[in-house]
Amino acid sequence: MKRLGITAAKNLIRMAVLLVLVSGAAFFLVSVSPSDPLKTNVGQAALGSMSQEQIAKLEEYWGVDTPPVKRFFSWASAFIKGDMGTSLLYRQPVSKVIAEKLKSSLWLMAIAWVISGTMGFLLGILAGVNRGKLIDRLISGYALITASTPAFWLALMLLMVFAVWLKVLPIGLSVPIGTEASAVTIGDRILHGILPAVTLSLTGISGIAMHTREKMAEVMGSDYMMFAKARGESKWQAIRHHGLRNIALPAMTLQFASISEIFGGSVLVEQVFSYPGLGQAAITAGLGGDIPLLLGIAVISAAIVFMGNFTANLLYSAVDPRIRIGRDQA
Amino acid sequence: MEENRTVLSIEHLSIIFTQYDGGFEQTQLRTIKDLSLTVKEGEMVAVVGASGSGKSLLAHAVMGILPYNASMSGEILYMEEELNQKRIEKFRGREIVLVPQSVSYLDPLMKVGSQIRKGKKDEASKRKSHSVLKRYGLKEDTENLYPFQLSGGMTRRILISTAVMEQPKLVIADEPTPGLHLEAAKRVLSHFREIADEGAGVLLITHDLELALEVADRIVVFYAGTNVEEAFVSDFYQEETLRHPYSRALYRAMPDHGFHSVPGTQPFAGQVTSGCPYAARCAYTEDACYRDIPYQEVRGGMVRCIRMDSDNGGLHDMGKGDGK
Repeated sequence: MKRLGITAAKNLIRMAVLLVLVSGAAFFLVSVSPSDPLKTNVGQAALGSMSQEQIAKLEEYWGVDTPPVKRFFSWASAFIKGDMGTSLLYRQPVSKVIAEKLKSSLWLMAIAWVISGTMGFLLGILAGVNRGKLIDRLISGYALITASTPAFWLALMLLMVFAVWLKVLPIGLSVPIGTEASAVTIGDRILHGILPAVTLSLTGISGIAMHTREKMAEVMGSDYMMFAKARGESKWQAIRHHGLRNIALPAMTLQFASISEIFGGSVLVEQVFSYPGLGQAAITAGLGGDIPLLLGIAVISAAIVFMGNFTANLLYSAVDPRIRIGRDQA
Repeated sequence: MEENRTVLSIEHLSIIFTQYDGGFEQTQLRTIKDLSLTVKEGEMVAVVGASGSGKSLLAHAVMGILPYNASMSGEILYMEEELNQKRIEKFRGREIVLVPQSVSYLDPLMKVGSQIRKGKKDEASKRKSHSVLKRYGLKEDTENLYPFQLSGGMTRRILISTAVMEQPKLVIADEPTPGLHLEAAKRVLSHFREIADEGAGVLLITHDLELALEVADRIVVFYAGTNVEEAFVSDFYQEETLRHPYSRALYRAMPDHGFHSVPGTQPFAGQVTSGCPYAARCAYTEDACYRDIPYQEVRGGMVRCIRMDSDNGGLHDMGKGDGK
């Protein structure tokens, strides 16, 4: 029990260091970016028609003259106190913007995560058990093709087929265009989420399927599977009793570690589908020089990905007897 | 005395591996060649040979668990009937059991108790597994351990326990003693002797001739994928009663008999194409040794050597200590 506390404390420190580095790096990248927040957000023509006073006010608003290091520390000291600042573009508290965007992204990512995890696991088992046979070649072929397909390209293809040619699914956004917010139904939202979720799932399956296949094939060739057969168990009995048990652990780790991939994929996919989620907000914030929002998103995403990996570690040591008992005996 | 039934009879068994040799060239690797032996009820037969001579494959062939790229020819009979894939699938784990050679044959993530019981949870199985553990001097709570928590000696006893959960008629023990100190090894072998004394046939596969001589009834001397001699344990009491030059070399290599070694090494599987596999190292080699040699009966045992002739029952010109 005491050891668990130490592990948790160690990881919290690790997470704190990670977040400091991530926010620092994100800030550094924005501050060296050549894009001028005034030109991007106000526009060249509008700037030309403004008085010097107005421009000076805008420059102050976007913090153009404040030294970057000072800006970073004033942001960081407020952040530690729990104030994430105000988004310059949305003119709303960053925490509110993130909460709203995260809500629409999260269910997209959750669906993709569950589908790619279960499908990848099942396909991986099928391929691993039947290694070298036709079904394995089909599954491996599929996995290799989707693994080498960029997510945004796949998104464009799906968009062309289902939204442009077949016209069965909406072309983008998360709600129908020109509808009042109160008139949007759950059905509308689901309809708009299908293509982005499918894109994310399709690309996510391949990694999990290929890893599970490799592990399953290794288990199939193991001495203990051979012994199970020698003791009269049929192939599927042996897989049920010993195979699943032994591939479940690595699959679980992989599943939690894949959160980062889904997260990264969602940024691109949301962009293609104009889906107003966290990924799109990150791109807008980055291009528009909205530093508080960008840093807020970077920190929250890093924390979510870290928690995913951390959960995998905790589960592993809780489930695997070799780690659990070995630790207690130490 | 009534004649005991023959439990296992292997006749002219050969195992060939098909593999790709670097490029796309398919090669055939003959790992076991023309092997014959029998095991009777209540009898313990030891197959003795050096590591890497293909002994474990013999066990896997009988159990029907050879890898997919191996094919076998010859005949395996169980209870005087052909042991085909259908019959071995029916009997294995029940009448025919394998005691494998290492802890890697146990599922690393399953408690040993459920492995002994094959996952069964009913009271009868539990009681039976407890009595089996007790029989081998293991405490009842051993069943809650995972394989990685077992010592070498405990692992052996757990592996034997898996064999006696039902009433086996044939037990194949694959290298049950490596890694154990002498006392523990003797104790493990005595467990197999017990199983044989209860009426089962035991085929012991080992590299340890000295230990085999203490417990077995007959010894099959295995060299480079084939058996060169089958002898009674009593034949090993003195060199002259042994039938093959390699067996005699083994005799002289034992610590009590001078620790002499014969120069050269055992050839790898597939290197011997025809004739006697020992010819390259034998002191009595002649041209005929490189041709096919029959496996013939001499003085109750069997031998594969052209110098052996059933009439005089001994090797020509082969005195004790010759051919060092």
